[in-house]
Amino acid sequence: MPIAKSLRTIGHRVINAVWRIGFAARFFVMTLFYSGTSFRRFRLIVKEMFSSGVMSLIIILVAGMFVGMVLGLQGYETLKRYGSESALGSLVALSLVRELGPVLAALLFASRAGSAMTAEIGLMKATEQIAAMEMMAVNPVARVVAPRFWAGVISMPLLAAMFSAMGVFGGYVVGVVVIGVDEGSFWSQMQSSVDFQHDVLNGVIKSLVFGLAVTAIALFEGYDAPPTAEGVSGATTRTVVESSLAILMLDFILTAFMFQGA
Amino acid sequence: MSSQSLVEIRDVNFAYDNRPVLKGINMSFNKGKVIAIMGGSGCGKTTLFRLIGGALKPTKGEITIDGQVMHELDQQGLYEMRRKMGVLFQFGALFTDMSVFDNVAFQMREHTDLPEEVIHDLVMMKLHAVGLRGTHNLMPAELSGGMARRVALARTVALDPMLILYDEPFAGLDPISLSVVGQLLRKLNDALGATSVVVTHDVQESLKIVDYIYFVSDGVIVAEGTPDEIRASGKSFVHQFVHGEMDGPVPFHFPGGDYRQDLGVSA
Repeated sequence: MPIAKSLRTIGHRVINAVWRIGFAARFFVMTLFYSGTSFRRFRLIVKEMFSSGVMSLIIILVAGMFVGMVLGLQGYETLKRYGSESALGSLVALSLVRELGPVLAALLFASRAGSAMTAEIGLMKATEQIAAMEMMAVNPVARVVAPRFWAGVISMPLLAAMFSAMGVFGGYVVGVVVIGVDEGSFWSQMQSSVDFQHDVLNGVIKSLVFGLAVTAIALFEGYDAPPTAEGVSGATTRTVVESSLAILMLDFILTAFMFQGA
Repeated sequence: MSSQSLVEIRDVNFAYDNRPVLKGINMSFNKGKVIAIMGGSGCGKTTLFRLIGGALKPTKGEITIDGQVMHELDQQGLYEMRRKMGVLFQFGALFTDMSVFDNVAFQMREHTDLPEEVIHDLVMMKLHAVGLRGTHNLMPAELSGGMARRVALARTVALDPMLILYDEPFAGLDPISLSVVGQLLRKLNDALGATSVVVTHDVQESLKIVDYIYFVSDGVIVAEGTPDEIRASGKSFVHQFVHGEMDGPVPFHFPGGDYRQDLGVSA
């Protein structure tokens, strides 16, 4: 009976998906519940911030610089048509602080740090390090997962800020130094158009949400990975794909709430 | 439970879904002894190991350690019990992001308030006991398989456990490392006054160091006794296992369909 078989397959997949979502939700709650140890021993978070945040700095800074340079070039070409080249500083800063900084930094963070977190935890599981910790009466969610989670959540806004700052510098180099836009108007327009609460703070909130989503996905995928080479590789891929889609989806939702009609 | 007994396993049954793995296992591990649980791959010995460690709950029966029924403990109770236990995993399971020193110090830092100077001395003593004091600055990736197993052994006994569980401690070791780990296992057990349970299929090494052996096959105990009794045993399973023979009660072929049919040859 091919129809019955197909229905059975679909049913099986739906049940698996629902079970997995339930497990992910429980895992997330457990991570928050067992976060006390991480804050009591803050050096655990700092150590993880080094691997996920500091080690991502190079890619964030280089990417930010190039994105800012491209914005400078493209922005100048467009603004020139309307005789508003002096607004280049506003365009570069607003694009970066509101949108490109948090989104691109989060995408890069997911690819670089998120995938590394998944692979690390997946391999710890495959080599029985997680089981060993359990048998030593140490809760792996408290000791391994929670510090990484908070390290990711704290690192992400800092990385996004670095990305935006580097982007503004890239826009300055192309716009002012190379093309010759007036330096005074570049900075003054930027200063007058960028509002701290409306633009900067909303950008920070976005990057916090992205950091939370990326880190939660990466940690869950690692913890749930089958303990085989294929299982870990599949989990790493899923982290990058799911994180990227989550970032873009959340970006639309957050933008709709933050900047509607503004 | 006798006053000499640390671990009592009574009528333990366990099944994965509806597939029975252990069927009515009864064992008793006396204090200060080294006990081996042996059997072929897939006989249920690792499941038994996980049941003793409290990682699984029996579907029937109970496992008592130091007077406490394992499956009745809540998470806190289970963790308190595990603090009195040491577990050596098959390939050591050293934390790869920590140095040898930090691996051995891990439980001391997690479960005690000892000052760092005291932890330093204790770690050095544990590493000295396994002959690897000189490796304290190395990372696990820089160790050979045998050395990693010995560091894991030092980590296992870091808090002087009353019960030590070993999961295939001899797997994948060269003859020298195998002998060293075997001797260490025995010496550490005697020095600490602990009780050790070794899950293994390495007969020759185990016969040299253990006090009592249980043979498990297809989820039941098929033989038990001291090493001398096992060597002298006339039971066909024990004979096949001890001498590594191909023919015997443990079949060479996994059950399958008709051979001629699989080859497409008509009868």
